[in-house]
Amino acid sequence: MDLVETYGEELRFARKPLARTLLILLLVALALLPWWGPRGWLTRASLVWLFAVGVIGQNLLIGYAGQISFGQAGFLAVGAYTFGHLRIAGIPFPLALAGAGAAAGLAGWLVGFPSLRLKGPYLAIATLGFGTATYQIFANVEWLSGGRAGLAIPALQPPFGLVRDTWVYLLYYAIFLLFTGTAYNLVSSYLGRALVAVRDSDIAAESMGVSLSRTKLLAFAISSFYTGVSGALMAQYLGHLEPQAFNISESMNFFVAVIVGGLASVEGSIFGAAFVVLVPALLGGFRWAVPVLFGSAILSVLILEPLGLAGLWLKTRLYFRLWPFR
Amino acid sequence: MVGEALLEVRGLTLRFGGITALGGVDLTIAEGETLAVIGPNGSGKTSLFNCVTGLYKPTSGAITLQGESLLGLSPDRVTARGVARTFQNLRLFLHMTVLDNLMLGRHLHFRKNLLAAALRLRGEEIRHRAKVEELIEFLDLEAWRDSRVAGCSYGVQKRVELGRALATEPRLLLLDEPVSGLTAEEKEEVSYWINEVRGRFGVTVLLVEHDLRVASRLSQRMVVLDRGLKLTEGTPEEVQRHPGVIRAYLGDQ
Repeated sequence: MDLVETYGEELRFARKPLARTLLILLLVALALLPWWGPRGWLTRASLVWLFAVGVIGQNLLIGYAGQISFGQAGFLAVGAYTFGHLRIAGIPFPLALAGAGAAAGLAGWLVGFPSLRLKGPYLAIATLGFGTATYQIFANVEWLSGGRAGLAIPALQPPFGLVRDTWVYLLYYAIFLLFTGTAYNLVSSYLGRALVAVRDSDIAAESMGVSLSRTKLLAFAISSFYTGVSGALMAQYLGHLEPQAFNISESMNFFVAVIVGGLASVEGSIFGAAFVVLVPALLGGFRWAVPVLFGSAILSVLILEPLGLAGLWLKTRLYFRLWPFR
Repeated sequence: MVGEALLEVRGLTLRFGGITALGGVDLTIAEGETLAVIGPNGSGKTSLFNCVTGLYKPTSGAITLQGESLLGLSPDRVTARGVARTFQNLRLFLHMTVLDNLMLGRHLHFRKNLLAAALRLRGEEIRHRAKVEELIEFLDLEAWRDSRVAGCSYGVQKRVELGRALATEPRLLLLDEPVSGLTAEEKEEVSYWINEVRGRFGVTVLLVEHDLRVASRLSQRMVVLDRGLKLTEGTPEEVQRHPGVIRAYLGDQ
């Protein structure tokens, strides 16, 4: 019997005992991946975690707040290069990560200003402009991007005699959990409600006392903070930065992840991140087919399951909740 | 029961290029009163609402709430001063549940702390939930609490809009055609609620309505607009006998 007795109980994360147990088992299994999974999985999984942070950030903006942005690669680059320069200056990893997030968040806040006047496709063009401009700046300003040689980032020194891959995996997993948990908490708070309200009807949201400008700017700032952190993790992962990594196709990758994973869903973002990281890896020698596959994935999602992988996941859960009575 | 002036509108003029939507409208509504604004389609009733709530910037004129000007405030600031509204063509948050729609009405009263939100400290949420539950009970929405608004019937959606406006704890409630599109029975219910709202929450109500029977029953006074100008005002009986009103609604004989 599932009886909720207080309002507080209803607000708990993964309230039901079964869901809670399964979730904990899954999280523990993933934390122990270095000790049971094949070596090749580790780096790939680390890549999924770092991507997921960025995709969640993008989803907060597009899925929840309904502000379309094609400039994610720009925020990614700001985060990555801030992180790179801080690391080269000898700043420790956690501080450099926070700095990267803050720099990208600030950039996002500034880019958010056009969103106060522009909607839909017009905002998409404005953010696309930002993404392209950032790429051009990093491609052409040598002291920022380290010139032709690029920017080499000092590698992480694993403690406790761990193998480097294992350490990177665990670190990225922990960061991913922190940001995912925070995202779940934010979207279920008053802020998440305000974001969805602005998306569903900005006039009504405003008339109910939601400050449009504050909410939109906050959405941009938080989203790009996530993206900046993701960029920083990517920089550390690659160990070497070149502007080429932050061109428009990177923005598209994030966009594909959000749509395929499912708009306005945190777990959808994780599925989406896994999709854009793992599918190209599975294709192996047929790399050229990746854009085709992404394109057809978007099309089939829009036609068959507008809520994306998160929608499929929701339906599966619903099925088993009613099982065997359907 | 009827006290001093709560809302005063003086010489309100709104022009869109060559079109004069409102041409110098004067209007006063006393604390605790219910005032109905009637008029044919396109006479400027909704424009008046949009000016008061800050969605439109009037070309000239003054709008004051208890002596303080509302001009130039953004809609969310106006709401913070104690003015809430419903919309003629519902503007609900369709992807949210009924409960979340009402909770959004409380947004204004939340102590906003991003860190607490990120750490899932939900004291505020629970405090406001209790208030919202009172409204859910008042409006008989228990059965729809967790339903998505998009899936609710029109009558329920209208009720949710009323509830969402009440959740902001307004002093002045603007209702834009609260009974349009409802069945006869639902009209009765909504009329009852509007009357109850005045008694129970002490709210002053400004009402736009096409259904003259409902409007006359609910309001103490009526203002008639026609083509952006105030035709007349007075008690419902006076207004219904006014020759200008008959002409505006029925045309020349």
